[in-house]
Amino acid sequence: MTSAKQEYQTLRIGAGQIKVLERLCNACAVSGDEGEVRKIVLEQVRPYAEEVKVDALGNVLVTRHGQGKDTLRVMLAAHMDEVGLMLIQDEGEGIFRFDTVGGLDARQLAGKPVWVGREHVPGVIGAKPIHLTQPDEIKKTIPLDTLRIDVGPGSNKVKVGDRATFATSFTRLGPSLIAKALDDRLGVATLIELVKNAPSNIELLAVFTVQEEIGSRGARVAAFAFDPDLAIVLESTPANDLPTWEEEDGEPVENAHYNSRLGDGPAIYLADAATISDPRLVRHLVETAETFDIPYQFRQPGSGGTDAGAIHRQRAGIPSVSVSVPGRYHHTPAAVARLSDWQNTLALVHAALTRLSPLIFKD
Amino acid sequence: MTDLLPFLKKLISAPGLAGFETPVRNLIQEAWSPLTDELSVSRLGSLHGLRRGTAPEPRPSILITAHMDAIGLMVKGITDDFLRITPIGGVDPRVLPGQLVTVHGREDLPGVVVQPPAHLLPTFSQDETIPIEYLLVDTGLPSARLKRLVRVGDLVSFAQAPLETAGETLVGHTLDNRASVAVLTGCLDHLANRPHAWDVWAAATVQEEETLGGAMTSAFQLHPALAVAVDVTFAASPGSPSHKTYPLGKGPTLGWGPNVHPALFKAFKELAERLEIPYSVEAMPRHSGTDAFAMQVTAEGIPSMVVGIPLRYMHTPVEMVSMKDIERASRLLAEFTASLEVDFIEKITWED
Repeated sequence: MTSAKQEYQTLRIGAGQIKVLERLCNACAVSGDEGEVRKIVLEQVRPYAEEVKVDALGNVLVTRHGQGKDTLRVMLAAHMDEVGLMLIQDEGEGIFRFDTVGGLDARQLAGKPVWVGREHVPGVIGAKPIHLTQPDEIKKTIPLDTLRIDVGPGSNKVKVGDRATFATSFTRLGPSLIAKALDDRLGVATLIELVKNAPSNIELLAVFTVQEEIGSRGARVAAFAFDPDLAIVLESTPANDLPTWEEEDGEPVENAHYNSRLGDGPAIYLADAATISDPRLVRHLVETAETFDIPYQFRQPGSGGTDAGAIHRQRAGIPSVSVSVPGRYHHTPAAVARLSDWQNTLALVHAALTRLSPLIFKD
Repeated sequence: MTDLLPFLKKLISAPGLAGFETPVRNLIQEAWSPLTDELSVSRLGSLHGLRRGTAPEPRPSILITAHMDAIGLMVKGITDDFLRITPIGGVDPRVLPGQLVTVHGREDLPGVVVQPPAHLLPTFSQDETIPIEYLLVDTGLPSARLKRLVRVGDLVSFAQAPLETAGETLVGHTLDNRASVAVLTGCLDHLANRPHAWDVWAAATVQEEETLGGAMTSAFQLHPALAVAVDVTFAASPGSPSHKTYPLGKGPTLGWGPNVHPALFKAFKELAERLEIPYSVEAMPRHSGTDAFAMQVTAEGIPSMVVGIPLRYMHTPVEMVSMKDIERASRLLAEFTASLEVDFIEKITWED
């Protein structure tokens, strides 16, 4: 079914939305300790939602009722948590042993500033000076268990059990956003906008999930509670669109494993390691994009996972798809995404919601 | 006594890579102007400040140096939306992935050093450090705009802002060796209220991280009777060998070894004890790794001394120093200088 191309007019990202994203990215919410982000989410959605509930794990479940009978129950999910660290032993003089929460490459940790605890107490993960390091040691990654968080001697504000995150402040440059935790504060900010502008043709069941980074545990119980007809997960997927090292006949070899590319629009998941996207939902998204001339790309199938992994196998099964704003360098101190990709992701998902009806599951 | 913390925070927020020290020199010049009788800049860019002594001419002079240059990176190439970089000074590649930087192009651009995913690199084993030549800097700008603003040779400094951490400690990049510049400034400030017989030359030297070129040439030009280098040293921190490190916050170190004249060491040690300033003895069997190494062998040779400021995580952007150590060291240097008698040099003999 094709329609004449229409221009998508409604939802735009302006200064207000960017400010919300900035607050979200600068907040610290390591898996299991999502309070700081939860607070911002609740503040944003409460004036708009008919029902708001915080469940046993800390998920925020928001309902915006549709109009009319038999409206499609559509679940939208974005995770509030980020990968980070937890302090596990006090070694005195301000030095703490720590462990990672979620998938973090230890090579990103050495020589970085961190924020510790609710008060964002400044600390650092230092590194032994190179002057005191043997040449063959320099060639090897610093082992994770030798790294420590140092907040300076004599602090009484930091204790075992506190979480720590990278200390990166949100910044904009040109077409880009640079911040920590763009995975998945971009999804959270997008979902906040969709809650505020929920279309009336569907029952919008929005959940801001917890603990995605350590196994999508929040999404699993939220899907059970909502029992929706379908689910769309809002994420930020890696863009590995960097130059390759190799050359062939003097020409750089094309990077064939880019996963997604910055600037090419929202990335629609076909399949990852946890989920095969429901083809009807993929088709619906593609048709929406083409109808409204919104750029889009397919995220390369293969590895990775989203909350859809936990959602689609809940209860008797829930058709699901994930849509991502592409971002480089997730799970490092600074990720990079393009404002245009965020804008187009919001536009695509909103437009797709307005065009949804129970007919989507009739072949 | 002026509070050195705001001054030091300003210093470590300014670029000043080895060979390109002008931005930080300007800040130091501004601070030293009310504390010195004369200010000048050497041919290589070191800042020289003179406080004239009260003794009749010809007066001896003491030269106290603190190098103001810092390590960093330089743009080596532009590939697509990314910059390739090369180190200036001893940069540890293991702290680079994920590091926030500032690219000093036509304008200052925020950026991040990134490590490409494994499948885009030659094969390295799981635990091998990726060498700097495979890392990239992403400024968030697309290629066309990037090329208009940045070119090969532009400097890249670490973007780590100063952090005040517990126990009166300060964290930031380039505390090696701006912490010592703060010590020297504090010393000049103390001397503003104390008469001193000797002339005092304070020098913020250049290029210590690459060649010791600043110290060498300043010592030759100023031809002092004594030379003291103030530099950071290794503070006890996780993983660092205890026999090569000194406690943080328990006072400066006094160097001992072939690079240090034993009479100077003795004079500093006795003074520290008299003033009840805690200190550690830093055993330096060979090269002191400081400006003193060059100054000692300038011209016919100059008796030299090293005063160390303990610092954690040297040559990373998250170095940490104790403000208490900085204040103690400034006081010690000022008292030493003020107490120098005109005939001190004759009293320095080798008691064999």
